[in-house]
Amino acid sequence: MSSLSVMSDLAPSAPRRRSILSRFLSAPAGVVSLSVVIAVIAIAVFAPWLAPHDPNFVDLASAKVPPSAEHWLGGDATGRDMLSRLIWGARTTLLGALVTIITALIIGAPAGIAAGYFGGFFDRLSSWVSDALQAVPGMIILLVVAAGTRSNFVLIMATVGAFLAPGYFRIARSTTLAIRNEPFIDAARVAGLTHPRIILRHILPGIGAPIIIQTALATGIAMGIQAGLQFLGIGAASVPAWGAMMNEGFRHMLSTPLLLLWPSAVLGITIAALAVAGSTLADVVRIRTDAPSARSSGQVTNAAPADVVTGSFAYAPEAAAVRVDNLRVRYAAGDGAVEVVHGISFDIAPGEVLGIVGESGSGKSQTVFSILDLLPTGGSSSVDGMWIGGQAVHTMSPRERAGMLGTEIGYIPQEPMSNLDPSYTIGFQLTQPLRTVHKKSRAEADAIARAVLNRVGIVDIDRVMKSYPHQISGGMAQRVLIAGAIAGRPSVLVADEPTTALDVTVQAEVLELLRELQAELGMALVLVTHNFGVVADICDRVIVMRDGAIVEASAVETVFAAPEQNYTRELIAASLDDTKGRRELDAVHAAQTAATA
Amino acid sequence: MANPILSVENLVVEYGDPKRSFRVLHEVSLDVGVGECVGVVGESGSGKSTLGKAILGLAPVRHGRIFFEGEDITHARGAARRRLASSIQVVFQDPYGSLDPMMNVGDILSEPLEAAGQSRRMARSAVAEMIERVRLPASAIDRYPSEFSGGQRQRLAIARALVRRPKLIVCDEPVSALDLTTQAAVIDLFIELQRDIGVSYLFVSHDLGVVRRICHRVAVMQRGEIVEFGEGEQVTRAPAHPYSARLLLASPVANPQAQARRRAAWLALREADRVLPAGQ
Repeated sequence: MSSLSVMSDLAPSAPRRRSILSRFLSAPAGVVSLSVVIAVIAIAVFAPWLAPHDPNFVDLASAKVPPSAEHWLGGDATGRDMLSRLIWGARTTLLGALVTIITALIIGAPAGIAAGYFGGFFDRLSSWVSDALQAVPGMIILLVVAAGTRSNFVLIMATVGAFLAPGYFRIARSTTLAIRNEPFIDAARVAGLTHPRIILRHILPGIGAPIIIQTALATGIAMGIQAGLQFLGIGAASVPAWGAMMNEGFRHMLSTPLLLLWPSAVLGITIAALAVAGSTLADVVRIRTDAPSARSSGQVTNAAPADVVTGSFAYAPEAAAVRVDNLRVRYAAGDGAVEVVHGISFDIAPGEVLGIVGESGSGKSQTVFSILDLLPTGGSSSVDGMWIGGQAVHTMSPRERAGMLGTEIGYIPQEPMSNLDPSYTIGFQLTQPLRTVHKKSRAEADAIARAVLNRVGIVDIDRVMKSYPHQISGGMAQRVLIAGAIAGRPSVLVADEPTTALDVTVQAEVLELLRELQAELGMALVLVTHNFGVVADICDRVIVMRDGAIVEASAVETVFAAPEQNYTRELIAASLDDTKGRRELDAVHAAQTAATA
Repeated sequence: MANPILSVENLVVEYGDPKRSFRVLHEVSLDVGVGECVGVVGESGSGKSTLGKAILGLAPVRHGRIFFEGEDITHARGAARRRLASSIQVVFQDPYGSLDPMMNVGDILSEPLEAAGQSRRMARSAVAEMIERVRLPASAIDRYPSEFSGGQRQRLAIARALVRRPKLIVCDEPVSALDLTTQAAVIDLFIELQRDIGVSYLFVSHDLGVVRRICHRVAVMQRGEIVEFGEGEQVTRAPAHPYSARLLLASPVANPQAQARRRAAWLALREADRVLPAGQ
């Protein structure tokens, strides 16, 4: 069976993801905000060369003069040049923010990483300290520090840093905790890496981005607090600073509003730019960390010729419970669209069980999502015709089609847990659709819900109705979903890998239940699966799919006894339900090596 | 087993504080011979993965002992545990989470060697050889995990486990996230490598078919206990314990006639359980 090997070569150099920086810069908000931040930093660094005047030179003749060629932004209350003071003020403001950030980073980040990585007592202690720090009234402490140190600017800003440290602590701790639980960290430990090495090589690269985002936001906060303190008159009077300028401007607000406007505008723009840069970066990073979905990996680009249709019809149009003619499914991808289902046709009779089998990327799930009209965002399907229960759904509006869900078609998903809303009780989730879709009264809906729960084999109905999804097992959750799917008495039941997430003993129970219900209610059942054992167990007819096309469609006995296609044979052979045992394989191998020797 | 490479004696694993502890393994005993593959099958919550983790030093052992080549490694920590890294390795279930997405394949595979003090150049040549062994193209070395399919990633995880030439690999559901044909090919790779290198496997799986193919002996676990431990052929075809029998009859077989018989037997057993709930 190794003949059908996975050794197809690597995908020809997949388009490499662009770096975070280049994606950040391709967002308009990213470019603008980063330019502003860089400009402010440059102004602060080159202040001595940029400022046209000495910021502290008092020229009483220029007091409160309006903007002019000599003083571009005018003069302040004592005749000092506004522009020069703003430029030097940027230096003070940034320096203060830098002291704050470094303090917060040094206190918060290593403690957060250690707490998240090692857990235990240190985690509890440091989390407690972090929480306690946030409960302390910061402004009072700052005033005390200012009074006790005669307004030592560096110490005051370092104190602000101590109060911002919990932010870094929390973000470092939670990010570390998330990475810490990844299997590759366990693998690194088993590989014999020391803890410092694991932190350095595996944890730190993942923490960088959130720390930078946090820094952008914290810098803005530090600047705001700093300006606030200076506005209150705390801080050195000899150095020009934005907050102090605002204080002065405030006193002359009515006579010369420009004195207040300039420093406020500069501070506001800087803080806004930092906030926008931070949130843009957060967006960019979030896109990057999205796990590659099974769906996207299944997007095979070898599009078949547009006019080829695979599959065929087994029944007359009016006799079929579902009839799908030339179904194509496309997904928007980069520039253009990728077709994942390349024109397939099939039908199913009332009361028949049809299995759709294939490997990941074969398009089997896309096919049933199209029948349900539930394709994920970015996906679209086209058909020459689709009939469900004799109704031509391809002529219906999306609204009419949605109306068929729960009445004409029932759906059983793969992951029972993620398809129940954790914040509502089972009883509510079962009765709600009956009341809204089927317009039943509360009592009627309750009675029907209890009846179907009883039918799917749930004994303790009162308890289950009152339970939340996390309070029941996976097998029980799948029974509840089956109950929900049959409550509306659909003529077609669609099940997408309904037992894949379940243990094998639970799977047997669920399959047995599906078989009984299908026979009892005379429903057509479309069952998507990768498991030929499940097919053998329950299906009447089978469609085998590969790369978005139907390769074979036959009665179940034919598919197993005499498959038309080699691919089908290989798939069935790959099911290990009836494989040779290891000792037997070893004996064969030993005989072969002896023969060749 | 004359000289087992691994032997586990009365192992008890408990999570949580001593006051409110939750016992995951109850007095589990098992041994693995040199060049042997021993399977551990069970359903979710049976404790089969925890057993593998305890051997790797990743689960809290309360009682019992684990011997590797005669040496007690139950509570090996720090430097002693890192020394074991050259002998005991792991392949995890999740082919997506077990490779650091930020590192390229060359760095991922050479990391264990560099951690052991090998030079970068030496490590690189060993890595190149191992990539060939798991049948991936040599160009794989400069690529990132996201560029590989699930089956290819699992080959990379196997290569990483093998670079330090370990004597035992703990395989925690290494094929259950893969497609059928990929799964069969990866299992055959496991078998081939074992024949070539003589490495031992402790192979954790929920799939009886998988363990029948790859394992010489098989242990069946239920609720933290081993209920049956014997020859793979016997345990997976004619199990002695009622739970193992339920597990076997519940697994559908890819043959409609055989499956109809198996289902009938399963229904009969279920009926018997209902009449006599003591079977639990």
